Amino acid sequence: MTDIAPTPARDIGPAADPSGFVRPEVSKRLSRRYAAETRFRIYGIAALTVATSFLVFLIATMIAGAWPALLQGTVTLQVEFDRDEIAPSGALDEAALRKANFEGIARNAIYGAFPQVTDRREKRDLGRLLGATAGDALRAALRADPALLGTTAAIALPLSDDAELLVKGLVDRGSAQKERRLSDREIAWLDALGAEGRLETRFNKGFFTNGDSREPERAGVWGAIVGSFLTLVVTLVLSFPLGVISAVYLEEFAPKNRWTEIIEVNINNLAAVPSIVFGLLGLAVFLNFFGLPRSAPLVGGMVLALMTLPTIIIATRAALVAVPPSIREAALGVGASQLQVVMHHVLPLATPGVLTGSIIGMARALGETAPLLMIGMVAFIVDIPGSLTDPATVLPVQIYIWADSPERAFVAKTGAATLVLLSFLLVMNALAIFLRKQFERRW
Amino acid sequence: MKFKILSGIAAIAMAGTALASPALARDQIRIVGSSTVFPFSTAVAEQFGRSTSFATPVVESTGTGGGLKLFCAGVGVEHPDITNASRRIKDSEFKTCTQNGVSITEVKIGYDGIVLANAVSGPDLKLTTRQIFLALAKMVPVDGKLVDNPYKKWSDIDPALPDEAIEVLGPPPTSGTRDAFVELAMEAGAEEFAELKALSKEDGKKFKAIAHGIREDGAFVEAGENDNLIVQKLEANPHAVGIFGFSFLDQNGDKVKGATIGGIAPEFENIAAGDYAISRSLYFYVKRAHIGTIPGIKEFVTEFTSERAWGDDGYLVDKGLIPLTRQERDEVAKSAGELAPLSM
Repeated sequence: MTDIAPTPARDIGPAADPSGFVRPEVSKRLSRRYAAETRFRIYGIAALTVATSFLVFLIATMIAGAWPALLQGTVTLQVEFDRDEIAPSGALDEAALRKANFEGIARNAIYGAFPQVTDRREKRDLGRLLGATAGDALRAALRADPALLGTTAAIALPLSDDAELLVKGLVDRGSAQKERRLSDREIAWLDALGAEGRLETRFNKGFFTNGDSREPERAGVWGAIVGSFLTLVVTLVLSFPLGVISAVYLEEFAPKNRWTEIIEVNINNLAAVPSIVFGLLGLAVFLNFFGLPRSAPLVGGMVLALMTLPTIIIATRAALVAVPPSIREAALGVGASQLQVVMHHVLPLATPGVLTGSIIGMARALGETAPLLMIGMVAFIVDIPGSLTDPATVLPVQIYIWADSPERAFVAKTGAATLVLLSFLLVMNALAIFLRKQFERRW
Repeated sequence: MKFKILSGIAAIAMAGTALASPALARDQIRIVGSSTVFPFSTAVAEQFGRSTSFATPVVESTGTGGGLKLFCAGVGVEHPDITNASRRIKDSEFKTCTQNGVSITEVKIGYDGIVLANAVSGPDLKLTTRQIFLALAKMVPVDGKLVDNPYKKWSDIDPALPDEAIEVLGPPPTSGTRDAFVELAMEAGAEEFAELKALSKEDGKKFKAIAHGIREDGAFVEAGENDNLIVQKLEANPHAVGIFGFSFLDQNGDKVKGATIGGIAPEFENIAAGDYAISRSLYFYVKRAHIGTIPGIKEFVTEFTSERAWGDDGYLVDKGLIPLTRQERDEVAKSAGELAPLSM
């Protein structure tokens, strides 16, 4: 610590006190104390710098890794919407749209761009450049504009996950053919399309509107967002009123005896119980005993409510204690009943603390996966949940499942989903700060 | 007094929920089981949901053992309809199933190779199961006696191997990949030693304890269930070797390369032909009593065993499944179509 820049405190010494009023040993001790303080400040700043740089590094690598998931590589092809093939009965209704082989039409479109490719095997590889959602894109295009039927139009079709990685510049062209997912031939095709200006990347809206899928180009976070929302609604509805009422009763009404003490100790202990234990409890009680459905947001919300309850109770009690006794005494003094004191005076003043505690508890619940493992919410679920008993999954689980998938394109999806989760957490924490500032009152 | 009222309310609430529950029917298939089969099962589930009018099945990855436990627990909507397994059902599990009145159909779906791989920048590895056993076992025979594993470097085992410390990243004991690895690679390696082979005939349990005992002195690192993570670690550390499923090697050919086992490279054709030593069969099991109660089970089995799914050019091959031979596929598809009960 000798290379520290000198601070004014260092000047305090025998030299700084020419009057000789301070005895030399005192002034020596004094300068040691100042030095200790300076060292402590520097430790603090160093700790903060390390923590901040970790955070910046984490977020920077995540954004760098996540951006490909927010873009969708497309190839613009001349697509022939053959009337006889799509609507053999003549009418373009929903049934015909669903039945028509748009995947085949999309493949024909890319074969049309390379008429020199005739070998069956080569054609198959060529067809694989198109993503699994190419048919869906054509269906959507025709649904939006039925006039396309019977014409040939230029449509942007999504590329497959492997082809997309090349367009995004994530494939090392210098590597040996065996070491990459795309063959030299496929790269040559893509380059030919690129030279004609047909390849482009656009914003991947599907990432925010689709459910999970095994095809990276189709997979999205919407199912997980809805699942998280339903789960948190159940958690909030259960844990907020229960937590606040318990805390008010314990703090304001309950007699101070051995029973309430035991309850208090237990609540404090519960707040520190590992979350997987709540999952086991949920499995034993809600699923096995009550027979509630597996994978349902209802059960997930109930389990997370159990986990959040102690947090809310503790935060609420702390907020209630912080209300000055003079307020209670004044209210009692003008003849308010105990309930009126709490409802009219104490609770409103404690609101910022209660809300902050609850929102932070909810934010923690949003990030949990462990308790949901036991009740079957760690699952592959494609359909967007529509009710509290539909199978659903949540955002952190979605991240976990994608992180574990072999397909390369899921690496970016994992990063992007993490960013979505982080931004939700950020919004919730910002809301907590905002509410605190709104309702805060100083005495 | 207050407590009595409260407990009364709680009891009524519990009774109410309990009464309400049996009415909850289920219209989607529920699948549990192996994390190795998970990528294939989910791909079929998605395709099935997309191409039929049935709801998309819900697939959970619980591990083979956990899946069979849930699956064999009984008949009824609260129990899963199908379980995936990266090994065959055990006798004990089959017995549990039978005791609980669960009659099942077995469907073999393909093969999976387990690879030992290192970073592309690392040395080429040519291993045998004997060398794998010597590198990873807790106790190895030296001059006829079992001693704590003395090998620190690959070159200590065989001078032809690289002069590098043994550092292997592999799955934890809870993983099906680990089970299969110790059974296929470690046991095969142990049997190369005459004294261990003799032991396996005399005292199978003791042999298994030796063959399945992985060293704990730091040369083998349990790297968690996430194979992507192992690939990333290998990329960062060219001296380490990782153990994971073939599909991760297939997807990351630019980052890692597989070691040959007994001269056979971990390639698609070699695993499909059965030449590659560390490969296992993958299965799923169907609960026969649920057919007809839960809509779509029969159709799901048909989709899984259709050529466009598990055929040589099927979409499951794209996901990394190594298909059965044509003849095997025909046989399995036939017995699966009839939903023949499994007997052991």
